[in-house]
Amino acid sequence: MTNSAVQQSRSRDLDKLLLRPGNLVEPAFEPGPGLREDLKELVKVLVVGAGGLGCELLKDLALSGFRELEVIDMDRIEIMPVDLALSALRVLAAICLVFIITALLEDVGKPKAEVAAKHVMERVSGVNIVPHFGRIEDKELDFYSNFNIIALGLDSIEARSYINAVACSFLEYDSNDNPLEETIKPMVDGGTEGFKGHARVIMPGVTPCFECTIWLFPPQVKFPLCTLAETPRNAAHCIEYAHLIKWDEVHSGKAFDPDDPEHMKWVYDEAVKRAELFGIPGVTYSLTQGVVKNIIPAIASTNAIISAACALETLKIVSGCSKTLSNYLTYNGAEGLHTKVTEFVKDKDCLVCGPGVLVELETSVTLEKFIGLLEEHPKLQLSKASISHRGKNLYMQAPPVLEEMTRSNLGLPLFDLMGKISKDVVHATGTIITSDKKISCLRKLRVVFKGVDGVADMDTAGGA
Amino acid sequence: MAEPKTKYDRQLRIWGDQGQAALEKASICLLNCGPTGSETLKNLVLGGIGSITVVDGSKVELGDLGNNFMVDESSVGQSKAKCVCAFLQELNDAVKAKFIEEYPEALIETNPSFFSQFTLIVATQLVEDSMIKLDRICREANVMLIFARSYGLTGLVRISMKEHTTVESKPDHFLDDLRLNNPWPELRRFAETIDLDVSDPVAHKHIPYVVILVKMAQEWAKSHGGTLPSTREEKKEFKDLLKARTVAADEDNYKEAIEASYKVFAPPGISSDLQQIINDSSAEVDTNSSDFWIMVAALKEFIKNEGGGAAPLEGSIPDMTSSTEQYVNLQNIYLAKAEADFLAIEQRVCRYRPVEDEFNSPILSELQKYITDEDYSVAVGFYILFRAVDRFAANYNSFPGQFDGAMDEDISRLKTTAVSLLSDLGCNGSTITEDLINEMCRFGASELHAVAAFVGGIASQEVIKVLYLHNTGLVKSFRGSTFDFWCSKLQNLVLEP
Repeated sequence: MTNSAVQQSRSRDLDKLLLRPGNLVEPAFEPGPGLREDLKELVKVLVVGAGGLGCELLKDLALSGFRELEVIDMDRIEIMPVDLALSALRVLAAICLVFIITALLEDVGKPKAEVAAKHVMERVSGVNIVPHFGRIEDKELDFYSNFNIIALGLDSIEARSYINAVACSFLEYDSNDNPLEETIKPMVDGGTEGFKGHARVIMPGVTPCFECTIWLFPPQVKFPLCTLAETPRNAAHCIEYAHLIKWDEVHSGKAFDPDDPEHMKWVYDEAVKRAELFGIPGVTYSLTQGVVKNIIPAIASTNAIISAACALETLKIVSGCSKTLSNYLTYNGAEGLHTKVTEFVKDKDCLVCGPGVLVELETSVTLEKFIGLLEEHPKLQLSKASISHRGKNLYMQAPPVLEEMTRSNLGLPLFDLMGKISKDVVHATGTIITSDKKISCLRKLRVVFKGVDGVADMDTAGGA
Repeated sequence: MAEPKTKYDRQLRIWGDQGQAALEKASICLLNCGPTGSETLKNLVLGGIGSITVVDGSKVELGDLGNNFMVDESSVGQSKAKCVCAFLQELNDAVKAKFIEEYPEALIETNPSFFSQFTLIVATQLVEDSMIKLDRICREANVMLIFARSYGLTGLVRISMKEHTTVESKPDHFLDDLRLNNPWPELRRFAETIDLDVSDPVAHKHIPYVVILVKMAQEWAKSHGGTLPSTREEKKEFKDLLKARTVAADEDNYKEAIEASYKVFAPPGISSDLQQIINDSSAEVDTNSSDFWIMVAALKEFIKNEGGGAAPLEGSIPDMTSSTEQYVNLQNIYLAKAEADFLAIEQRVCRYRPVEDEFNSPILSELQKYITDEDYSVAVGFYILFRAVDRFAANYNSFPGQFDGAMDEDISRLKTTAVSLLSDLGCNGSTITEDLINEMCRFGASELHAVAAFVGGIASQEVIKVLYLHNTGLVKSFRGSTFDFWCSKLQNLVLEP
């Protein structure tokens, strides 16, 4: 080893930021080797999504002083038949162009999370990345509570909404409805489309959560069926006609599979016929895929920019080494180059990050009755709810095994099930209907029992 | 043909086959392959750039493993250019990748003709003196140049080119040019064939809003001495007239008409940007004029003559509630006009000031404006400090705070350097806050991976934009920016060209 290599450490550059005091840092910043070691050993970061953003995030975090990372993703590395003839590396690029790591042919068919973890660990020694292959909804709340911070690299509003609700469910408020700092589970979230993107910091209870600002995501364009059937005007209308109407007419009962090239070709051919009939130009195979699969155009550079901003904010939140973004950064490279930071404010009545929906009950109300009440509650309208209290499942709608195990609780008073305390938070997971779509959601409920006063509460607590 | 199409599917949806062809033709040279340079190239290699040449004379040290993803433990002690090049090649075997083990500063001094073989140079982590020299070389050789630099929690990206002309044919922001304020005869005639008072409710709710607005504007003009609504009251009155024409609550076409009524109110003619270009003295063409200026000259003639004061029509129309027949007819009328006109709708030209001019004779009024503007004071402060640390390094052979132990001395030296730089620039009396000076010393020329990935991401995006602007002209490019991350509001100072 040369002299300079001996004197140097891997954290040569990061040390300047972590070991030296600064003037423009968060109040909690405590520079020193202790901070650097804490980042390595004590801080656990979860990356949600192992696509274009998620892989970049893993790489950026692994090189930003973090050692204990986990990643969750439900997809496998897939290839379409047409790509089979290509070399291994091209296969990778075909699947996720924005993947930063090299996948080999042997990786095809494996979960993305596993492959991403493996490649980043190979390159950055000392980093430990645990991959999780599966749906985010299938993990217990406990799984998420283990992490100091959650970084989101997702492309769906539903998934963001779900993780947001999970992180917010850990939040507790004091008696004055102020958030308790130690219960705040920070999140950073990134998203891109073409040359544009956003990065944001969510500190539940302090800055707006995803749900407080859900209006930031415009509703997806959907065409009225009557337009498709009667007055098509552009190529997309013709494609959606073939995809949504003609397919079912011809293939009664057979589901359309967007990943089957033959199905796609059929839709394309039908769309061309329809376009010719109406004299509409512009139907191409590529557009057909884009419309049917709702492909969001993606380029590597934008994912890199947004992931980097998210990783940097993660480092800042955890270490305090510089002021945290407050709280929403938009990046637009489509027209010159613009960045803008907007400080959104939280919605104090937010169902998700707020203190919770107050539900006042008689102590005699059974769990079954309670579940029924949630469906009727005007603010909730939550049907088929599963209920948990302090991590314990009181009733689970599924899977059947758990349902059977918890069924006997249905007839018992909720007051008893909750340990006879006057008020507490319970979590309910059920389905709600928004814009004609059933989605599963998690709600926080602040249950208060009538007629049980604070003294009794203290007695119970003291006696327990 | 099928292969690259699938491979680059997601990006082809943005820049099309022509844009991809421009990338695949390009030959890029990277100077210094620390994380800023490596990350820039990584994005370009994934995008399918034609060829890359990595130039770096240094060996991989242990510290590099902590901030650069394109080296690993086995690289320590080896040529950095070689290692980075090999890992980049792994990402995409369609890219021709090579490396040169040499210090960029030495190449700039001894072999300036080296740079003329490339389409574009990405120069990372260079100090002022080398930037100026390289800029001169590239301008002479007509090679595009992009500077990128990461420094602690700040960064900078700057484009330098002699002249950058673009023909924008498909802008993202395009305010649909429907000429509702000035319909041409064919459009007017088509509108006349449609009866707004048609009694069939289905027909009534499928009249395209373009037709509604053309007819209503005409009606208005008749009763207002030939003028269109211009005052706030008149605009409101016009919208109320539209509302009054609605016969059922579900008439989306009338809702669209009310929303688009501002297109009737807009004054006809050309934008001030375009006016400025056609007034440019280069629009007086001679045999030496570039294609671009010849086109501008033609455009100028068009506006004066056939256009009647307006630029050529682009021809596309947005989707709107309509019957198929009326929509297709309308589309054809717009397309016919566009074909008769020019294809181009907007021309822009960017001339970049040489880096040397920017450094030695800055536009004082701009600089002073930014220094006092709260939204930019931090970014401009770091812009000055970027230059101050280079001056510091030239005097003291290291960057302020680069080594532990001399922080206090470095802080006061950097302060003195910044003050004298400001006075050389003509900004006497302006100061940089202690906080920024302290931070800059704290950064100590560190290159953090996340900052490098951000700066490199922007640099690669700009490479793509300048490359395919010449071909498809989809996206406008910018000139240069400094970014900083220390503050809760990322500030982005856009430099003057």
